[in-house]
Amino acid sequence: MLPRLEARAEASNAMRYGSPLLAVGLTLIGGLVLFYLLGRNPLHGFRVFFFDPVHDLYGISELLLKATPLMLIATGLAVGFRANVWNIGAEGQFLMGAVGATGVALLFQNSQSALVLPLMLIAGAIGGAVWAAIPAALKTRFNTNEILTSLMLVYVAQLLVSWLVFGPWKDPQGFNFPQTIMFGNNALLPILIPGTRLTIAFLIAIAVLIGGYVFMNRSYMGFQMQVAGQAEAAARYAGYSSVRTVWVSLLTGGALAGIAGMAEVAGPMGQLTDHASSGYGFAAIIVAFIGRLNPIGIFFASLLMALLYMGGEQAQQHLNLPPAIGQVFQGMLLFFLLGADVFINYRLRRASLAK
Amino acid sequence: MTSRRTAVKTLGVALGGTALPLASMRSAFAAEPVKVGFVYISPISDAGWTYQHELGRREMVKALGDKVQTKVVENVPEGPDAERVFRELAQSGHKIVFGTSFGYMNYMVKVAQQFPNNDFEHCTGYKTGKNLGIYNGRFYQGRYLCGLVAGKMTKSNIIGFVAAFPIPEVVMAINSFIRGARAVNPKAEMRVIWANTWYDPGKERAAAEALVAQGADVLTHHTDSTVVAQFAEQKGVWVCSYHSDMRKYAPTKQLTASEEIWGGYYTKTIGKVVDGTWKPDNTWGGIKEGMIDIAPLNPAVPADVKAMVLQAKEDIGSGKRHPFEGPVVDQAGKTVVPKGQNITDDALSKMDYYVEGVAGKLPKS
Amino acid sequence: MDTTILTSIFSASIVAGTPLIIAALGELVTEKSGVLNLGLEGLMSIGAITGFVVTNHSGSPVLGVLAAMIAGMAASLVFAIIVLNLTANQVATGLALAIFGVGLAAFVGKPYESVALPPIEPLHIPLLSSIPVIGPALFQQQWLVYFSWLLCAGVIWFLYRSRPGLVLRAVGESPTSAHAVGYSVLTIRYLATMFGGAMAGIGGAFMSLFYTPMWSEGMVAGRGWIALALVVFATWRPLRVLIGAYLFGGVMIAQLFVQGSGLPIEIPSQFLSALPYLATVVVLVIISRNLNTIRLNSPVSLGQSFRPDA
Repeated sequence: MLPRLEARAEASNAMRYGSPLLAVGLTLIGGLVLFYLLGRNPLHGFRVFFFDPVHDLYGISELLLKATPLMLIATGLAVGFRANVWNIGAEGQFLMGAVGATGVALLFQNSQSALVLPLMLIAGAIGGAVWAAIPAALKTRFNTNEILTSLMLVYVAQLLVSWLVFGPWKDPQGFNFPQTIMFGNNALLPILIPGTRLTIAFLIAIAVLIGGYVFMNRSYMGFQMQVAGQAEAAARYAGYSSVRTVWVSLLTGGALAGIAGMAEVAGPMGQLTDHASSGYGFAAIIVAFIGRLNPIGIFFASLLMALLYMGGEQAQQHLNLPPAIGQVFQGMLLFFLLGADVFINYRLRRASLAK
Repeated sequence: MTSRRTAVKTLGVALGGTALPLASMRSAFAAEPVKVGFVYISPISDAGWTYQHELGRREMVKALGDKVQTKVVENVPEGPDAERVFRELAQSGHKIVFGTSFGYMNYMVKVAQQFPNNDFEHCTGYKTGKNLGIYNGRFYQGRYLCGLVAGKMTKSNIIGFVAAFPIPEVVMAINSFIRGARAVNPKAEMRVIWANTWYDPGKERAAAEALVAQGADVLTHHTDSTVVAQFAEQKGVWVCSYHSDMRKYAPTKQLTASEEIWGGYYTKTIGKVVDGTWKPDNTWGGIKEGMIDIAPLNPAVPADVKAMVLQAKEDIGSGKRHPFEGPVVDQAGKTVVPKGQNITDDALSKMDYYVEGVAGKLPKS
Repeated sequence: MDTTILTSIFSASIVAGTPLIIAALGELVTEKSGVLNLGLEGLMSIGAITGFVVTNHSGSPVLGVLAAMIAGMAASLVFAIIVLNLTANQVATGLALAIFGVGLAAFVGKPYESVALPPIEPLHIPLLSSIPVIGPALFQQQWLVYFSWLLCAGVIWFLYRSRPGLVLRAVGESPTSAHAVGYSVLTIRYLATMFGGAMAGIGGAFMSLFYTPMWSEGMVAGRGWIALALVVFATWRPLRVLIGAYLFGGVMIAQLFVQGSGLPIEIPSQFLSALPYLATVVVLVIISRNLNTIRLNSPVSLGQSFRPDA
């Protein structure tokens, strides 16, 4: 079915970085074909999808705004994925971070203190971490599969948010609609570029990417966790604690997802509603993989994913295509990437890829 | 509610105020069509809330012809992404932009402030601005009429309601329906299942099934799919559809449907934009304004019932009758609105209690 | 509570559990061969739309189900190539399939939003269906419900009584030894993965053709994930999949019945809606806390790539 693959003597570094580019290239070609099949001018489609969303400063600020939560969440997930801890419930942790931050904002709604925002940030991180601590505890204590428990908790978090905004946290002046009050200025993140919606959360995300890079590539613990992920037996032999690996993975992932949730309610939303869940937690999983579980890669992958979202919106407005086309592109990209990855460790016999 | 000022009078206001002399001049010379944007919460499909707005848009396009050029963006979630969509529509020259879901409210408020030369109209919200108007339908009027039919047609005296979320609009619908039913059948009782979703056909169906199994022989719903109507047809129980006439899905079992009719409103409102006389307004239109209607009654409905329902429709339209005319008694037996008075619009739009005849407890807030 | 309500609760729970059973049994076979396919949500969505489109145009639900099956197989074939030949990470690829499948189905299904299909009448089994209480619940069902039972019996027979089933389990336990004895690990895993895809496709078609019957974006609504949880819940035992699915369906249905009873209950409805998910977590904990149940039953090589030449 396929040309035979042959194992490389050593993993190819060129392909390690080349395969995402190959995947992006294949996705673009796939996109052109798709536009053609749908009876649209492929080049026009291409421009609308990939260029128009970011043709001005505002567009770029929106791209960064959308990429910010992806960067935050994906970095946290990468820590776990490297260690073979599969937290796929970041969406729920994101929501609980939003809940934690909102709790603080509501508690101090009449305060002008400059401490409200930092408190919200901490509460957001704790909210996400607490939600992730449940699968961690169940995993380490009862050996329960974290993929499934973290995922089930997403639904529970959504319903919890729904209960809060319909019940105790409902805006008393809001005609019983499911929303909290709009946050005061003391509870809103400062805007980075005037006239846009980009907040300093973007800077936090950059700091997290850098911190994540140092942790994953330069720290002893990061090394231990990676060993634990790649060779469980070796890690056990070396005495690395698998329990600690699980806890660190999930708490990091949860806290960062929680911060992303905080940035959402204290940023573009400005309140908590029952529509706080916008799929960032799931999209970040794709981002983490496209970014090679590496913060530098995650940075670019987040931008690319954000662009695919915005391209989907544009495609609907200007090409008359359903917005789900964005998801099709996202799935295609990940498939191509995962497929292209084989060339890191293998090469095609008779192929000229190998140097 | 709806204030309709004469064109001449508002023209002066529009030109005198901050509102866009440039655009009105442009349209005055009838050079190019006015660009109109519509933002919908869900896919258009062919029944339901968004579909009704789409029908309204089509009717408006038919009426105004080449004076307008419309753009539709569907399936826009009620999160921060909505703000970008509104902004883009405004920026790309859409003179007026309609947003048809509650959750767009705060985003529309922001965008309206950023684009003072564009007009915005928000459906179901409560915040207005210099260039942001709101409009909504008195859905409860149609619900009341459905209740009258259901009250006459039920044999088990149990009416089942598949509800999405306990927002006032839905609570109002439940109360209005059972008040209609009990006006003609004091034994009628309403059972409500909160599905906690606007759209999960599997769950909506399961909820309908649970209601029928517990004796409901008339179903109605405030969720967005057609599945309750389809289920009723299959199970052979009556259904009063919501949003759209769903006869296609329940050809023999639909008693009637409470429908929103937006065409007249859109034609009138956009007509004002074309003339340059648009002003933000707060429209809460019902039967009188032609914004709420019911679908043709099922042939199985006896002639006297039909006459009674049509009479009620006329009376509600003329203001002679109000679905919440006193005494309005809540579930606990407390009189909320005394005899001889009608409920106020304000009280109606904040409704957070069940009236008598509804079984179970309203999820606590 | 009178017996007709009891019958209805049973009957509705069975219907709610059926798509879960079909998809979960397919996944069980896939996992027994050592392949973890997390893409069920996507496969079910693809099955749901394919079944709907084909039935809508052909008028035949049987053709629709077959088409859904083929579509599920095709999509899982893509997955299989990526994880088996290209040895990509199974978790990541599965997630990609989930996201891609849901998106693709929404995309393809655009023109079919809210198209009405005639409902399909349940198949009454004579005699059996007249047993009081359980008769109508068990034997006045859609034919895919009976199919799910046969499937369960078939999977039990296949895995534990047939020779190919033994080979499949061997591949899942120890691909290296199976390879050494001369079995093609990849071929067997391909077949198992495609069987899983086929069943997920049928599970999806049950949703769009028999349960609701309609197509709408996102209609699978998390059932693919629940089906995955069921496999662990059942500790990879087919009969327990059946029990688990009915329990899950039962919890969901029961909370609707409690609401529909009109009894004055003060519990927030969100809490009731969360019950099935909480119940799943609790059951997962109970099952996993005993390491042996998992170790004895879970395929040893689950989720690990195998290269015959490595």
